[in-house]
Amino acid sequence: MSDPILTLSGVSKSFPGVRALHDISLSLQPGRVTAVIGENGAGKSTIVKILTGIYRPDAGEIRVGGEQKHFSSPRDAWAAGIAAIHQETVMFDELSVAENIFTGHMPTGSTRLVDWAEMRKKSAELLKRIDAPIPPEFKLKRLSVAQKHLVEIARALSHEARVVIMDEPTAALSANEIDDLFRIVEQLKAEGRAIVFISHKFDEIFRIADDFVCLRDGEKVGEGPISSVTEAQLVRMMVGRPVDQVFPKRDVPIGEVVLSVKNLSNATEYADVSFDLRRGEILGLYGLVGAGRTEAMQGLFGITPVTRGTVSLDGRQLSIHSPSDAIAAGISYVPEDRQDQGAILSLGIRENVTLANLSKYVRGLFLSRPAEQEATRSLGRRLAVKAANWEQRLGELSGGNQQKVVIAKWLATRPKVIVLDEPTKGIDVGSKAAVHDFIGELAQDGLAVVLISSELPEVMGLADRVIVMKEGRIVDEFKRGAWSAEQIVGAATGAAKEAA
Amino acid sequence: MNAPMQPPESRYAVLDAAPRRARDILLRWEVILVILLVATIVVNTIVSPYFLDVFNLADATFNFSEKAIIALGMALLILVRQIDLSVAAIVALAAMGIGYAAEAGFGPAGLFATGIGIGILCGVFNGFLVTYAGLPSIVVTIGTMSLFRGITQVILGDQAKTKYPAEFLELGQSYFIKMKESGVSWLFIPPIPLSFLIFLVLTAIFGIVLHKTATGRKLFAIGSNPVAARFSGIAVDRLTFLLFVVSGMLCGLAAALLTARLGSMRSNIAIGWELDIVTMVILGGVSIAGGVGSILGVFLAVLTLGLVTFGMSLNNIPGQVVSVYIGLLLIAVIAIPRIADKLGLRTGR
Ligand SMILES: Nc1ncnc2c1ncn2[C@@H]1O[C@H](COP(=O)(O)OP(=O)(O)OP(=O)(O)O)[C@@H](O)[C@H]1O
Ligand SMILES: [Mg+2]
Repeated sequence: MSDPILTLSGVSKSFPGVRALHDISLSLQPGRVTAVIGENGAGKSTIVKILTGIYRPDAGEIRVGGEQKHFSSPRDAWAAGIAAIHQETVMFDELSVAENIFTGHMPTGSTRLVDWAEMRKKSAELLKRIDAPIPPEFKLKRLSVAQKHLVEIARALSHEARVVIMDEPTAALSANEIDDLFRIVEQLKAEGRAIVFISHKFDEIFRIADDFVCLRDGEKVGEGPISSVTEAQLVRMMVGRPVDQVFPKRDVPIGEVVLSVKNLSNATEYADVSFDLRRGEILGLYGLVGAGRTEAMQGLFGITPVTRGTVSLDGRQLSIHSPSDAIAAGISYVPEDRQDQGAILSLGIRENVTLANLSKYVRGLFLSRPAEQEATRSLGRRLAVKAANWEQRLGELSGGNQQKVVIAKWLATRPKVIVLDEPTKGIDVGSKAAVHDFIGELAQDGLAVVLISSELPEVMGLADRVIVMKEGRIVDEFKRGAWSAEQIVGAATGAAKEAA
Repeated sequence: MNAPMQPPESRYAVLDAAPRRARDILLRWEVILVILLVATIVVNTIVSPYFLDVFNLADATFNFSEKAIIALGMALLILVRQIDLSVAAIVALAAMGIGYAAEAGFGPAGLFATGIGIGILCGVFNGFLVTYAGLPSIVVTIGTMSLFRGITQVILGDQAKTKYPAEFLELGQSYFIKMKESGVSWLFIPPIPLSFLIFLVLTAIFGIVLHKTATGRKLFAIGSNPVAARFSGIAVDRLTFLLFVVSGMLCGLAAALLTARLGSMRSNIAIGWELDIVTMVILGGVSIAGGVGSILGVFLAVLTLGLVTFGMSLNNIPGQVVSVYIGLLLIAVIAIPRIADKLGLRTGR
């Protein structure tokens, strides 16, 4: 084995009430992909932040090419050849794609002014290299979550880094985009770079990784070549005991039509979306990123105006102009964009969990702290939220734990119809099963569920029926039992010929 | 098949609340303000023998109570990332309305109602432009600041309104509790002017609404992340609108108290108040970035500023020095927590 590009030894980091990392050592080899795995809150992102100069370790050392380094800012890390795609994107909505890619290291001419033409040219090249046809001059806010992710990848590539770290890069991507991403990873590998890959999806890990490092509660509990372990062994290592990864789908009688959507359209993103949803039914909504699923459901929920179409609930036509109208009518929507739309990072866990149905916690005139605590505790435990305390600011939790809190907030409300948009994004295996079970329980209680997910196994495991959207339109529908993964993906990509 | 599977219990032990740590408590904004307030009182007492006289202190409250009443509404607006810079202009417009109403023979109740009514209308106008027209509140209220003040100036010119019913004027000078009336010599009840009493009552109401009710929680959510608040079904626009109306209403109330106290009004009444009021709110620890603040903080800031101003005037310190001092105070108080963060004294970084 050649000399490692980067080594960590004896690294520890604590936050008040949590030991995030304890005595971690690892080394990264050129041309190899190291998967870092562990449950939500195990310390994966903390390692990334230490490697990129965002946090300073309490103890331990970092060596790059044999030389000891102290990073006091992300700039130092770039200079040492380390670039990362962070789990929580830090980008500028009002700036262009090109500016976002080159933040902090914009190309300058001899005048020391920004060379805009050069910057746009390089951006276009980078985006082309990763097959992302996004015009460099677009403002970032016009892009979807997945497209933003691609811009982040381009940004990491722009540093020409020797170590590229990807913290859950696939969380927002669907199958095809993941293939594209893996092509890029292979390319980076061939160029002799070291790659750190963090993901909760084992199929990806086994596909792309050469080595693994497993963390548990901030300690390293295993490492080695990925070929030496099985998925079950990894899960066991992560969790510390064997776990049921799937709960059997609950047998729920399907009732009468609750929600009826007809010809829902807006100007550009989706057209003539029609479907009926029945009591107790879980309807999967599958498609590629950009197929218009999120946009259509946000139209339904009153976030964005619709130009045409009707929505009826229990046979009564609704007029929805805002989310509060939708919620009053009995329709809830759990957004996919956790950072901006789902979580209130500066409020505490308790305040987030109770926010979507505050009236339930009012006793007399006032909010009852014990009632709120009670609900937070029981939902938080059920979803295995890891935190120092329930009053902790949401922004201090790990990404997956933030997502669990957001889910808890919505599952605490009991509407008639709930639309879940990528609900298990970033959640570890064990907790994912808990969320799935929770969704099943809601259906059993008579709730009608629309599940948008880019993860086919999730859709196929939970849904009674799947409708597939492509380019803003519904192109196909499959019933449970009468489907195959190939058929569904085929319909989404348009690869297969239209089913009769 | 339907047997409910129990998910394994979470293996994480999560506390209900963070353990209290002395230095976190000591660096709380409110504690800093209390220290400041006590320091102000101690220094002033040493410097001037007249400072701690209850009658003097009670009189001092006249000078800030009206502004302080408006500051309560401003605190909520700033908390949700809005601002109302037209407050002083609303006071002027409402005070003019009260002047005309008094000439038309209205009694005290009618005059208060007139002021409050005009304030509400102004608030509705601001709120409408901000929420339904979707304009930034700083722009809207800079506009309406000129508009409302301008209307007052156009109508009044350099005329003054000075005719008010006696009962109304009496309210402006009145103490809710007079020292002698308590009768019992050992029972010490300080004299409390009506405007200060109204401020106290409103402080209690605002504090309870903001910190104990669902509505208050919603305001914190809006201030922290308006997008996520909207997705959570909070009627962001409706609440914002309501806050502008409340702000206008408090301006109308303050206008009535102010005219009753002064017994006359001109078009330049309450000029420059908006900055004093914003100062009270910021010193009170309400973050301009939204989502952070407490009514207790605003209350303490109001008292501190009021007593500093009063103390300095007792010692014949000129107004310019007072404003230099207040400027320094504001910067210092805002800087302390940031510097403490930088030094790593507080947790969470
Ligand atoms: N700024 C912070 N303040 C307090 N605690 C923190 C902070 N950042 C991280 N932590 C804690 O450190 C632990 C590790 O977090 P980290 O983000 O590294 O987890 P992770 O392995 O990336 O999890 P996930 O899979 O959910 O992304 C968590 O318990 C988290 O709550
Ligand atoms: Mg993470």
